[in-house]
Amino acid sequence: MNESSAGRSGFPPAYLDRVGSSFTDFLATTAPDLLPGRRPIPQLPVGELAPHGTTIVSVTYDGGVLMAGDRRATMGNLISSRDIEKVYPADSYSVIGIAGAAGIAIEMVRLYQVELEHYEKIEGLTMSLDGKANRLAAMIRGNLGAALQGLAVVPLFAGFDLDAAAGAAPGRIFSYDVTGGNYEERGYAAVGSGSLFAKNSLKKTWRHGLSAQAATRTVVEALYDAADDDSATGGPDPVRRLYPIVYRVDAEGAVRLADAEVAAVADAVVAERSAAERDDKQREG
Amino acid sequence: MTMPYYASAEQVMRDRSEYARKGISRGRSVAVVTYADGVLFIAENPSSSLHKVGELYDKIGFAAVGRYSEFESLRVAGVRLADVRGYSYNRRDVTGRVIANAYAQTLGAIFTEQMKPYEVELCVAEVGDTPESDQLYRLTFDGSVVDEPDFVVMGGQADAVTGHLREHFHVGLGLSDALQVGVRALSAVSPVTAGSANGGSAGRLTAAQLEVAVLDRRRPKRAFRRVVGSALRTLLGDEQPAPDDRQGAERAAHAPSVTEPGTPPGLGDPANPDTVGGAEGTDD
Repeated sequence: MNESSAGRSGFPPAYLDRVGSSFTDFLATTAPDLLPGRRPIPQLPVGELAPHGTTIVSVTYDGGVLMAGDRRATMGNLISSRDIEKVYPADSYSVIGIAGAAGIAIEMVRLYQVELEHYEKIEGLTMSLDGKANRLAAMIRGNLGAALQGLAVVPLFAGFDLDAAAGAAPGRIFSYDVTGGNYEERGYAAVGSGSLFAKNSLKKTWRHGLSAQAATRTVVEALYDAADDDSATGGPDPVRRLYPIVYRVDAEGAVRLADAEVAAVADAVVAERSAAERDDKQREG
Repeated sequence: MTMPYYASAEQVMRDRSEYARKGISRGRSVAVVTYADGVLFIAENPSSSLHKVGELYDKIGFAAVGRYSEFESLRVAGVRLADVRGYSYNRRDVTGRVIANAYAQTLGAIFTEQMKPYEVELCVAEVGDTPESDQLYRLTFDGSVVDEPDFVVMGGQADAVTGHLREHFHVGLGLSDALQVGVRALSAVSPVTAGSANGGSAGRLTAAQLEVAVLDRRRPKRAFRRVVGSALRTLLGDEQPAPDDRQGAERAAHAPSVTEPGTPPGLGDPANPDTVGGAEGTDD
């Protein structure tokens, strides 16, 4: 039974049952074929055949949280996309970034966005930030079989906690593993192939209570460092004018930073690095 | 052999209609009125949590009168249909007509097949890019669907309210004017204001007795927005705009989000309370 059976007699009975406010649970009873976790699992590893998204970083700052992703997707040793978007708004006060099999990940993000909006419309309230993080964990858990065949999806979730106690930092970050484990991170986090290098960079540049501007520079620089050492992470591309995607979530909601703003930060990072390099050369020479 | 009691089909339908009509007219009225920037829902509803008006999808809203449990399950079904359709096709493929049809079929089937018809009347409203493309579908308990121009009034003394609106409504009113016209029409017949003794608002329903929401075509993605608290009082002309007052009591911990994700805040005109974007203290 699927949506098209809303034919002569209107809504199928499941639609009129006043049970549950989860869209995923509803699809599981009415149209399970639409759910990413309900498909036959490939028998052989297929990781090389599917584009993979790479590095996502996220940091908290004094007014909320920032998340940024590079623009590269790879397929084996090839670059399959230079301008993929891997950070999305989940709802008004949270963002999700994805690393791993891009096709499944983007489908999961779409489902997750509808899940949050559906709950909001049915309940008349938005879910708590912890509730949102848990729903995402359940979705990742459903993908474990595919993950073992090379189609892992590992998201990073961050949001502004409207219920944060006075004095507590309102920006919070949650990371996941392929089994659906859900861990709250302190201060900063990174996922994807370049995450090792991005984390090392953040370790040196991130501190408590950064301003939004300083935090933006921190995440852009972390992606630059990841791209420096990881072939699957794309650096800033001034030729095609492609720069990382950066989302900021604060008390006013989730906003994507304008390309020009990110470009200016990325150009400043590049300029500073090349100036340092020149100085070194001069000192040697 | 005993003969079963015979009732003609005509008689059965008449009885059911009368039963449903009685139930619906016992309640209070809801008016759905078009205005320059979209569609305005005004319900006389003292409860702030049992809503008569709701969001179905990006550009589609829902209003109902009658028995709460019945129209609430229909509202949920509408949200589910819209979300499933939008998820499996595209957000643009969800239209008010599809949802109105599903309601019509469902109500029609219930009316003819079940002992007790649903005592509800619904309105599915959709805003388009221009006022000409706005749609108001009125659905009655027997599954008939009518595409109405300008405004729809349901429940309570709907005829009296319609008459009042017909006199004072004209196309292209601003939000504040449309709200005042609508509220005056509802107040004219409401038992709450009948005595005209309560309060200084000259027999007019107050913000606390109203549930108001808009589908605003200027909002980028989700057009539906509730108008509550001091934004509502300001529009009603009950108080001067007091920006400080907009935060706090009205703002529940988990108020539904109001911005389209990813849009810059303050996309409305800050001087005008009814166009507020995603700023802190939004009036939802």
